[in-house]
Amino acid sequence: MAEVLVYVDHVDGAVRKPTLELLTLARRIGEPVAVHLGAGAEEAAKVLGEHGAVKVLTADAAEFADYLVVPKVDALQAAYEAVNPAAVLVPSSAEGKEIAARLALRIGGGLITDAVDLEAGDEGPVATQSVFAASYSTKSRVTKGTPVITVKPNSAAPEAAPAAGTVEQLSVTFGELATGTKVVSRTPRESTGRPELTEAAIVVSGGRGVNGAENFPLIEALADSLGGAVGASRAAVDAGWYPHTNQVGQTGKSVSPQLYIAAGISGAIQHRAGMQTSKTIVAINKDEEAPIFELVDYGVVGDLFEVVPQLTDEIKARKG
Amino acid sequence: MSLRIVVCVKYVPDATGDRHFAEDLTVDRDDVDGLLSELDEYAVEQALQIADEADDAEITVLTVGPEDAKDALRKALSMGAHKAVHVEDDDLHGTDVMGTSLVLAKAVEHVGYDLVVCGMASTDGGMGVLPALLAERLGVPQVSLLSQVAVEDGKVTGRRDGDAATEQLEAALPAVVSVTDQSGEARYPSFKGIMAAKKKPVESLDLSDLGIEADEVGLDGAWTKVDSAAERPARTAGTIVKDEGEGGKQLAEFLAGQKFV
Repeated sequence: MAEVLVYVDHVDGAVRKPTLELLTLARRIGEPVAVHLGAGAEEAAKVLGEHGAVKVLTADAAEFADYLVVPKVDALQAAYEAVNPAAVLVPSSAEGKEIAARLALRIGGGLITDAVDLEAGDEGPVATQSVFAASYSTKSRVTKGTPVITVKPNSAAPEAAPAAGTVEQLSVTFGELATGTKVVSRTPRESTGRPELTEAAIVVSGGRGVNGAENFPLIEALADSLGGAVGASRAAVDAGWYPHTNQVGQTGKSVSPQLYIAAGISGAIQHRAGMQTSKTIVAINKDEEAPIFELVDYGVVGDLFEVVPQLTDEIKARKG
Repeated sequence: MSLRIVVCVKYVPDATGDRHFAEDLTVDRDDVDGLLSELDEYAVEQALQIADEADDAEITVLTVGPEDAKDALRKALSMGAHKAVHVEDDDLHGTDVMGTSLVLAKAVEHVGYDLVVCGMASTDGGMGVLPALLAERLGVPQVSLLSQVAVEDGKVTGRRDGDAATEQLEAALPAVVSVTDQSGEARYPSFKGIMAAKKKPVESLDLSDLGIEADEVGLDGAWTKVDSAAERPARTAGTIVKDEGEGGKQLAEFLAGQKFV
């Protein structure tokens, strides 16, 4: 069976969920071989093996943290040359897409980004993408070289599939460009204790209607009652009420949770582009004409300052 | 020594319009108005600010696209860019991101550069990979997704706000930079700027000027193929209730019914 390279996104060996989703998708087209760069390969290998990785190729070097993107491309290329895979899958993070693009160019393989589904086809993997603010769904494939495909979080449910997960050292030679962009300093984001926005099963977002940073705790309390992540519309972010890293929309993050709750968000096209593929959509807005109501499974026309606290209390009560 | 800045911009279909596919599954451009990609306005803005700080800088704005794409160049020129280059060729129809990065790389080399500035992504394809591809092709550092950028002493520095961390980056020129929508509000063209833009030079290039063969680009030269495009079925109309004091409780009931609570 053909091997499929899966690039592992992890924090010091703690594998992030989108990588486990990739392993599930990779098994539809071949045998997953995971590529783990940096520290923590032993811990990661256990989880990767439980989810179907027959092998884990690993390399650790200071270059991965000290310089931007290119050292990881060098390493993934080394893995590609060692394995000669049928496809390379990478999580669709900002960095993941840059790594995938540079690798694709180097190996002469076509690139598909932001796939939301993946299946085996007669002429190689077929990727489903959601385009034009999710108003269209396309099926595409790579026609030249080895397919390099990035996949969005929440595109598949991770399935356990015990495999060997044998760890092998990967030999990497860094090219001249690897040290081109130096990471002078790095400040890790403070953990909120909430799930990662793009990975969360439930997202609660606030918009212009939240009317100030001081009111965002209302949105946070609702998110916490559901164990969800907090998002914000561009209007709320531009007004400085919530950090840009939480922005949902075309120029922010694209999310596809099981449940999306939009509070005080009108639903401009830029916002819809980032959340329209959510499974269940709920909106709370004073304006019954707000375009967000065209998308909802359930909408409440009302003042979010009344509805949201009542909802939060009711959820807490039900959860006892 | 003059600082040569090239800003890559894209002419995109208006996202607020009704976008469709043409029969060959490329974007139907006849059906919807085009404009300078909003995210590229930030790139033009940052280039202008970098040029203001430099003793002597020249900004060339570059695009690849059909005749109408000149509108995107005019907008950038009216914001303050000095000159423009338009790569236009019938064989470019249907070019994918790999082909586009080839054309841009050749055109950037044709113009001559110390710094290339791009937006973080196009507002149509939205892949966000072009700056990385351009850096790979040009063989220079990529300093991408910056919310702050500065050029000094032959170096570019910037701040990248990632998912897990904020990073301060540094690279020697020449380099490719991309900036996010957090880098700073783009200026509106002044009346004077609009009038001045009409007199600024726009150089037109075709594939042969850049030494690119037709089969390296276009639909046939693409490394990927769209096999089908289906309009997403309209969502079935949801339940909408007016809050008359119990809206939150009703919503909780709905969420419980869906097993979210």
